[in-house]
Formats: sequence, C-alpha cells, structure tokens
Amino acid sequence: MSETADRVKKIVVEHLGVEAEKVTEDASFIDDLGADSLDIVELVMAFEEEFSVEIPDDAAEKIATVKDAIDYIDSKL
Amino acid sequence: MRRVVVTGLGMISPLGADVETTWKNILASKSGAAQITRFDATDYKCRIACEVKPVGHEYGFDASLEVDHKIQRQVDPFIVFGIAAASEALRDAGLTDMTEEERLRAGCSIGSGIGGLPGIESESLVLANKGPGRVSPHFVHGRLINLISGQVSIKYGLMGPNHAVVTACSTGAHSIGDAARMIAMDDADVMLAGGAESAICPIGIAGFAQARALSTGFNDTPEKASRPYDVNRDGFVMGEGAGVVVLEEYERAKARGAKIYAEVVGYGLSGDAYHVTAPHPEGSGAYRSMEMALKKSGLSLADIDYVNAHGTSTPLGDELELGAVKRLFGGHLATMSMSSTKSAIGHLLGGAGAVESIFCILALRDQIVPPTLNLDEPSESCLGVDLVPHVAKQRKVRAVLNNSFGFGGTNASLIMKAI
Repeated sequence: MSETADRVKKIVVEHLGVEAEKVTEDASFIDDLGADSLDIVELVMAFEEEFSVEIPDDAAEKIATVKDAIDYIDSKL
Repeated sequence: MRRVVVTGLGMISPLGADVETTWKNILASKSGAAQITRFDATDYKCRIACEVKPVGHEYGFDASLEVDHKIQRQVDPFIVFGIAAASEALRDAGLTDMTEEERLRAGCSIGSGIGGLPGIESESLVLANKGPGRVSPHFVHGRLINLISGQVSIKYGLMGPNHAVVTACSTGAHSIGDAARMIAMDDADVMLAGGAESAICPIGIAGFAQARALSTGFNDTPEKASRPYDVNRDGFVMGEGAGVVVLEEYERAKARGAKIYAEVVGYGLSGDAYHVTAPHPEGSGAYRSMEMALKKSGLSLADIDYVNAHGTSTPLGDELELGAVKRLFGGHLATMSMSSTKSAIGHLLGGAGAVESIFCILALRDQIVPPTLNLDEPSESCLGVDLVPHVAKQRKVRAVLNNSFGFGGTNASLIMKAI
C-alpha cells in the first residue's frame, strides 16, 4: 500500500468513525462508509491540509471512492 | 386540558454522568467545582468552574456510550450532553422502541441558553488564521441551539413537535413548561423536554466575568465559591451539562403502566421589563412568575413544601428572589424549605431549569430536600426561611416549585406534585 493510501485511510477512519478494515480502496464514501455530502467536503479539506494540495470543487465532486481520493492526490504530488 | 406527567429522567452534570449518581452526590453535599481544565485560565479573573468530568474520573462522562463518534466530532459539547441526557430519559421511561404511530405524536423541546460558544470561538480562529475555505462544513448545524432537538429526533425517529427554547438561564424551565402545554393542548402525547449548556471556554468565561456575573474571590478554594444567600457570595460559578425529562399525557402513561414521577401542574412566565442583566429591584417579575404557576396549579401555598431557588450566588439576584418568595409565601414560609443546588453543581445556564426540576422531582420521590452548600453566614434577610444549609434534610414533600430567571428579564416557574 502506498504512503498516500495509508494517510488517506487514517483520515477517513478518524473523520467518519468507521473501522479501518472497512476503508478499502473500492469503498464508496456515501454507500459503504456512511458519509453524507458535507462529510465529503470535510474529508476533502482534511486531505488538502494533510497533503498541502488544493482540490478544487469540480475535482472534489468526482471523488466518490477512497481510490478516487488517493489517485487525485497522487496526481498532484 | 389533558394532564401531563413526568415518566423519565436524564442528566449529565458536574457531579455525575446520570441522574442517580448526581443525586447521590448532591445529597452527600459534594461540590462539582474545581479549577478550569478546558483551557489555561491563568490570566482570567475567574479561574474556576463546575466542569462535567472526563472519562477516568469517578463519575466522568463517556460520550462514546451514547453518541456516534462522527457526531461527537461535528457538534459542540452542549449537543452531546443533550443527546446523552435525552437517551437516558427515554430509556428510563421505557420508550426507546415506540411504534411509528407513537413516534408521530412524540416530540422534542430541548433548548440551550448560549449554544455552541466553544465551536463559534474556535472556528472564528480558523477563519481568521486559515481563511474561509477551512471553516468546517458542519460549523453551522454543529452549533445551532435547536440541534439537540434535531439530533435526538433523528436518533429516535420522533416526528412530533420539534422545538427549542432560548431564554438564557430560564431555558430549561421554559422548555419543560412549553412542552407540557403542547401535550395539554393535544399537539403531542410524549415530549422530551429540557436544556443543555457547555460554555466553559475562553470567550464564555471572559464574557461573563466582564459582565461582573462570575465569582472571582474563591479561585484557590473553588468548592467554596458558589454560596447562595451567604454574606460572602460574589457571583456565580459556571457549570455545564444537560437535563431532560420525558413528559407524557397522563392517561397514556397510566394505561401502559409507566413509572410516574410527578405531575406538572403549574407553569408561570413573566418579563421584568427592567434591565438586561439586573433583576427588577422589587423582584416583581419573579413574584408574578411564581404567582401565575401557583394559580394554574390549583394548589395553595400550604401545599408547596420545597422551592428549588434560582439562587445563583450573585449579591443582587439572591436577595431579590428571596424577597419575592417571602412576600408570596407570607405565613406559609415557616413550613416550607428552599435551597439552591447551584451551590453544588454551579450554574448550568440553559440547562439549569431542567436539572433543577429533576432535583425537585427526586425530592418528591425520596422525601428529602437537597442542601444549600457554603451557607456559613446567611444574610440578614434569610431570617425565617429554611434554606437547608450544608446538609440534605429528610422531610415531607408533597409539591415543589422550581424558579429560573434569565438575562433579558425572563422568568419561569414550574410546580410539580406527586400523583
């Protein structure tokens, strides 16, 4: 697992209060991890802080799964 | 009008994370006051408060037992306290599994005096230091006062009236009174009613201290600071927590064999129309509030055995409430007892009227009245009033009166009696 993936998953666990095993790369934030749209806004902010990247709203809207987040962040690092 | 009874109690306080622990500690004359731990208060005029104790303390509060991790992160502590107290009350009433039909007629009226002050303070700093793009998307609904009622209704599927009172330190009493009327008027059959507060944060302590409302002379002896009616009192000690009761229509409660604690028989409300922080110099608002509650109750003064006073330990407020009580009770003063439990748990602001109503209900149940701590040297005007100094007192308790008065000159009185 990449370092980005580890850090993303840690943030997801902390923010959504879900068990770490549930945070697979295929997991959908809304369908599998119980997030709502505002939780995703908050997660995106946390990713921005953690990785010092900027994730514009149009890109954030396309982030639906844990893998989407990891891939987007990796593409900006 | 339909009759309204209390069938469930819930509480988070500086002396316990539930009703019975708090009550046991209150009756044992314990104090919940200590140095402030939430933030470094070294440079503050007031450095003490009655905080809800953390996990690990003998009677600490473990939020994770009642509130989802995600919600805890998103909302201010007053909402967490409110959800926890409401959950305890609903369990106590045996109403956690109501049918959809019942839930359509069950609602919430849980308010707060100030709401999410710590979160407003901390997110303002985020805004100032990191800019608008870093403010939490949960900022607004994590701080709003009506979000205890909102969260509790979602957690338990309560689809009846969803209401939240904001009347400063009268909030808890108004919440119960208003909710009782909703049941009496047939808007609902069951209501979760009460108040919560958690404003022990830098701006909260600084603000109340600047308003000259807090005790500042007992920073090294915090348990001595809240001393209602004592000549050396110098302001209130801020408390935090929540109190919630389950109110239920009497025939429904009887039919399901519910444990009935008390009947809410009287509710009085008034405005001082005088000053934003100082009470009316003749205590006229307090008097009229109590008088209205008494009239509604159909009881006589001789029936009221215990008054849980607003008694915040401020020089002016205590004196004026005492004067109003003396004028109202007249010849019946000799047979009643009055105490201020703020001497033990501090002033819960929007939660005060709710937790104090619960103490009144427990006084009815156990036939014992809680003490006024630190009443070492009663002021002259206390003569002839049993203020239950230092230790709890076993006595006959048939009906009880709870007073709450708030900034803005808003007054509420509740009368409850055994059924």
